[in-house]
Amino acid sequence: MADILLVLHTGCDGSLSKGALESIATTVDLSAKLGGSFAVGVIGAGAGAAADTIAGCGAEKFYVVEDEAVATPRYSSDAKAATALIQKAGAQIVLASGSSRLTRCMPGAAYRTGAQIDTHIVALAVEAGVLKAQRWYYRQRILTTLSRAARPWVLLVEGGIQPAWQGAAGVAEKESVAVEFTAVEQRTVIKGVESPAADAQTIRPDAALLFVAGAGWTKKQADGEYHISDASTLIQGFLNKAGASLGSSKSLVDLQSDGQATLSFMSHMNQVGQTGTTPRHAKGLSTCCHGEEPHAVGWRFINERRAINMDANCGWAQGKADVVYIANAFEVIAKVNELLG
Amino acid sequence: MCSLALGPADCTQMKINQMENKTMEGLQIVVCGTLVPDPLQTLEPVTTPTVPGLKNETMLPSVLDPWAAHSLYEAANLAKKVPGSKVYLVSLGPKAKLQQLMMTVAQKVPFELVAIDGSASGFTDAMEVAKTLAAAIEAIPGLDKARLLVFGGCASASRDAGVTMQLIGEQLGITDQFVGVDEIRMSDDGSFSVLERIEGGQYLASTCAGAPAVLAWATGSLPEPPNNPQVGMANMRFVIPALQKARPVAVGVGSINFEKSEVPAQKRATRIVKDVSADVIAAEIVEWIKG
Repeated sequence: MADILLVLHTGCDGSLSKGALESIATTVDLSAKLGGSFAVGVIGAGAGAAADTIAGCGAEKFYVVEDEAVATPRYSSDAKAATALIQKAGAQIVLASGSSRLTRCMPGAAYRTGAQIDTHIVALAVEAGVLKAQRWYYRQRILTTLSRAARPWVLLVEGGIQPAWQGAAGVAEKESVAVEFTAVEQRTVIKGVESPAADAQTIRPDAALLFVAGAGWTKKQADGEYHISDASTLIQGFLNKAGASLGSSKSLVDLQSDGQATLSFMSHMNQVGQTGTTPRHAKGLSTCCHGEEPHAVGWRFINERRAINMDANCGWAQGKADVVYIANAFEVIAKVNELLG
Repeated sequence: MCSLALGPADCTQMKINQMENKTMEGLQIVVCGTLVPDPLQTLEPVTTPTVPGLKNETMLPSVLDPWAAHSLYEAANLAKKVPGSKVYLVSLGPKAKLQQLMMTVAQKVPFELVAIDGSASGFTDAMEVAKTLAAAIEAIPGLDKARLLVFGGCASASRDAGVTMQLIGEQLGITDQFVGVDEIRMSDDGSFSVLERIEGGQYLASTCAGAPAVLAWATGSLPEPPNNPQVGMANMRFVIPALQKARPVAVGVGSINFEKSEVPAQKRATRIVKDVSADVIAAEIVEWIKG
């Protein structure tokens, strides 16, 4: 029986995501620190073939659930499959990536197996044989180190805390875990994934740069007029030329909810900060935003931060950004777009 | 081969089979949501003998948790569309602070409050919170699970675990669950379609045969409703009695052993660049992007 079980799932193409590979690296690392062994459980279509692609990761055993019922992400079937994997492996520590699919179903699996669960884990350490996990509370404002004596313990780890595992494929020693899915558990039918058109996709998790637009883009400019159309053109031009991901301040997306004219390609999905997302990118460029604390928490995992702002007393200038340019973002981004070609 | 014990879904199959057309009688939408410190407040952790807490926690201004608030507005909007529906707000928090919170929240949309007097700290264990909330939902007079939709935020601005709603659903035997919801569309036959946020700015589109279900909301698409004193007066008829009879509960940290809680010092040496032309700034930014 392995000490750790890592739960993974395949994507719609049967492959393992970058986040899944990162969680393998985390598991390998933790297993070495604990001096134990680990097993891998894979859920989803093509789970067996996916296990083969990570055959060289050091797992002592691979368990797979590849029933048609788990071909698509659905709480009821995924929770049952994950429960079966945990019960089969009998591990006391269960790791999983914080993907939307596992974030949805692993709490249910934890409940059904009598396990404890903690999520958004950003670091794991072993001190004097005790496993300690680090996570943020109050939306990236208070960093906490915790441990639990109770077992099993399910931990969902954040992406970006380890480089993706790289290693040899092969023929994994795998066991198919049979799970019976009832009709009730298939009352929810997955219709598919709705993606924005390729040229309208503004959220790019793998982009090196996060570009965040604030409400200033929709305010009256120096000539006393609104220039929302110009703002749209400049921002979309920048995103395409720089290959950046688009974030938004709360105040900007709230304008749209309130029915005011704003940037049509922006939605709450783009929102970063206290009530939005906390994406991970190497660099971030903030434009027309106030860098107050609720907004700044969205930048917690952005390494290099720069901002363009008209106000030298803005919160960004108070030790939250590396560089703050006091300038008109319309003018600067227009020039940047020219230079980026 | 793995043989599994019957899960909660199997146990509730009979009930669910009987729920056809229940929507015609209206939905019972139970929203789980409580107070969190106002996002504009500076938070500083302090250590108590048993658990971490926040400095001056009882004095901090509070707001309804943002994601829970979105789910409340969506619940009210859905209830308006499905005649005969009713919205409940199940809220776990210190009674005095809940009362303060209701002065504003009760003016937003119509609901009936179910108050539970206990800790709203982010440091409590989600398992204990879920158990308490599930018990409170079960105790709602006239609760009909075949008409039940349990709403809440996909995470909170305090614990931010993103697990509480699923745990509540498990304890209520509800296995149709959706997390990161931005849209629900009801059909006349009681079925509904849902959009859930997934990676990369995409949505997972699903349909569900009908209630019961758990929907953990992201932001939805509705703005914050303006204060409506008439709604507030109507709600207060239920709010005050609900607060008076709020059951005190001890919600703790479960098996968590908090080793350390801190606000990391992340002060950056910000360089301010001003009185420089847009050309120069643009060149520097491009060099930085490409570097």
